[in-house]
Amino acid sequence: MPPRKPSLDRSPAPEKRKVLMTVTAPSRPPSAAMRGHARRRGRRGLLGWLYATPTAVFVGALFVVPLLLVVKMSLSRWPLLTGDQGINVPDNFTKAVDHRFFTDSVVFTVKYTVLATVLLLALGLGLALLVQESSRWNSLLRASFLIPSALGLASASLLFYVLYSPYASPLAPVMESLGFTFLGSPTAALLSTTFLIVWRYAGFYMVLMLVGLQGIPADVYEAARSDGASRWQTFTKVTLPLLRPTLALTTVLCVTGSLLAFEQFYILTKGGPDNSTITVVQLIYMVAFQGQNDLGVAAALSVIVLLALIVMNALQLRAFRTEER
Amino acid sequence: MRKALGRRTALRSMAAVLVAALTLGAAACSDDEPAGSSAAEAGPEGVDDGSELTMWTRAPLEKQAKLLVEAYNASHQNKVNLTVVPNDDYVAKVGAAAGADGLPDLFAADIVYVPNWVNQGLFQDISANINGLAFKDSINKGHLSAGTVDGKAHVLPFVLDLSMLFWNKQLFKEAGLDPEKAPATLQEYATAAKAVQAMKKEGVYGTAAGLNCGGCLVFTWFPSIWAGGGEVLSEDGKEAKLADDTAQQVYRTWNDLWKSGAVLPASEGETGPTWTAAFTEGKVGLMFYPATLLSSTPFDVGVAGIPGPDGGASTFVGGDGIGVSKDSKKAAQAWNFLNWMMSEQAQVEVLAKNKDVVSRSDLASNKYAAEDPRLVTINEVAGKGDTPVALNFQQAFNAPGSPWLTLIRNQVLTGSGDLQKDNGEITAVLQQ
Repeated sequence: MPPRKPSLDRSPAPEKRKVLMTVTAPSRPPSAAMRGHARRRGRRGLLGWLYATPTAVFVGALFVVPLLLVVKMSLSRWPLLTGDQGINVPDNFTKAVDHRFFTDSVVFTVKYTVLATVLLLALGLGLALLVQESSRWNSLLRASFLIPSALGLASASLLFYVLYSPYASPLAPVMESLGFTFLGSPTAALLSTTFLIVWRYAGFYMVLMLVGLQGIPADVYEAARSDGASRWQTFTKVTLPLLRPTLALTTVLCVTGSLLAFEQFYILTKGGPDNSTITVVQLIYMVAFQGQNDLGVAAALSVIVLLALIVMNALQLRAFRTEER
Repeated sequence: MRKALGRRTALRSMAAVLVAALTLGAAACSDDEPAGSSAAEAGPEGVDDGSELTMWTRAPLEKQAKLLVEAYNASHQNKVNLTVVPNDDYVAKVGAAAGADGLPDLFAADIVYVPNWVNQGLFQDISANINGLAFKDSINKGHLSAGTVDGKAHVLPFVLDLSMLFWNKQLFKEAGLDPEKAPATLQEYATAAKAVQAMKKEGVYGTAAGLNCGGCLVFTWFPSIWAGGGEVLSEDGKEAKLADDTAQQVYRTWNDLWKSGAVLPASEGETGPTWTAAFTEGKVGLMFYPATLLSSTPFDVGVAGIPGPDGGASTFVGGDGIGVSKDSKKAAQAWNFLNWMMSEQAQVEVLAKNKDVVSRSDLASNKYAAEDPRLVTINEVAGKGDTPVALNFQQAFNAPGSPWLTLIRNQVLTGSGDLQKDNGEITAVLQQ
């Protein structure tokens, strides 16, 4: 332990601030700190703003401005090729909701999200429990579960595009003899894409779960064991409740990610077969760039999705918080 | 007090930045008239003064575009920088650039999108220059009229891509068919496909089609309807006629082929990127195939026009038109490229030499065509072909999930669905 630390802990609050001040401004004599109390607070406020500025600029330029632009687009007639043609509230929103794929895409996205979230969380937790103890084989297992996460989603999708192709795939003979293709029917396409996502993300969720599991103190388990709890009881009464913050985080991540699914379907199925796998984001892309070429309607869809996501995330966080107390 | 002031100023300055950013963004979206010299002022030849020109094209025509650009750069002081964009991203890229006034000097467009893009003002009017061409009347009519709005021409044919019936002579021989004789009707086509399939050769199929690719199906199946005397669209491009008798006969033949198992199974999900691959690898007996791929097909193929249900022959005169963009400040130099592109030098010594179709009918019987009778066939059928013109063509036909795809998949894959209703959906989109 460094020798300076105990004295710092024991020192009264102003003293501590002085130490901090000398860290930020070493040349400043300690007596000046006492005299210019008000000025210092003003300076600190300014300093705070200064520190926050880079983030604020980034958030402003990369998030707030584009967001306002999207909102403006959603309220205007805005074809892709000619640009802004003036306000037309609320045409874009009625057109977006009346789009012939709107309901289908919402239903499909929700279906996909439920499937992906259940599979990923269950598998992530299962894998984490499996490799929790560190031994030589487990670290090998951990690494191999995590490796797919190093691959970009688009690259992974391309890899599976070839793997699933009845023409170029090494599995082509199997498909031919079984008379079945991975992307040929709506159900097969959904399951095949979900498999890709599980393969790609299971390792990532395993790592998140592992961090959560390792945050649970060992003595709680010890106490449970000395109380004679069975393994199942330990899992449901100790592990799961204490894992709740991690579960909240992973659920939010997984649900949000799945609702915004795009690349995998864009590359693997293009919304097919027979328009059965169109996600909401894909619909936005289609409206904007593939045919309708209407940025206004696409922006209206984006705003709807954004609002839905905000509501859903708020609900999820609240659900996990109230149960915690 | 000071602190509060500080915070307020900070807030105020942030708001100012926001407002500034927004106005900038809004200003970037307002229209500007293109400055610089116009093409017409530069005279019939355009200007060749060592300028750098930018040009975009989509990937399927990469080979032809590269040959043209290389030949132009080698013989001129102007330099054309070619950018090739993947087919699926092309509309998005052009749209984004058009909104930001950042279009390249020259850009090619799928001829079926040209009417819409010209209407949206993406191309400059070059009718004065085109009217000055001595051979104006022999330029491909379909392409020229697609780019003409209110009597003003904006677009010249860049590369003509015709859909033709290709057959693999080796596989025909093995299947006991006459390798020198093309199937004369759609029925004979189906019979030939089944004969190739009946050999039960490992990995070999009778025929193939891009059954989940609206553009491929437009390109390959419209000609069957035309050859049978039918129409696909009304004159004004606002009404679909894809439930008529001839069209139904075409669907029935393909439905029968699909059920018989003579179609490459991958066709069912084929969205376009690899729709010709199996034929090019020699694994498909016969297929409706783009003529631009003739030079890159490595084995002996026969070529004929696409037959209708009772014979006849037609083709889809597709490919890309090219024009000077609204944002180009070097229109005179860009016209120099277009003028050269239409010259005999470029048409014969670059395109025809590469076994491509020339876009001028007066050059159809050139020395390269004389060497390869297949090119004569292609050039002949080109005169009988058609290019459909409709403003909402992309959304009705080419887009993933288009009503045209729904119609085809219902008719051919499942053999069900209400044809009149599906056709009505296409009309509804065309009329938007």
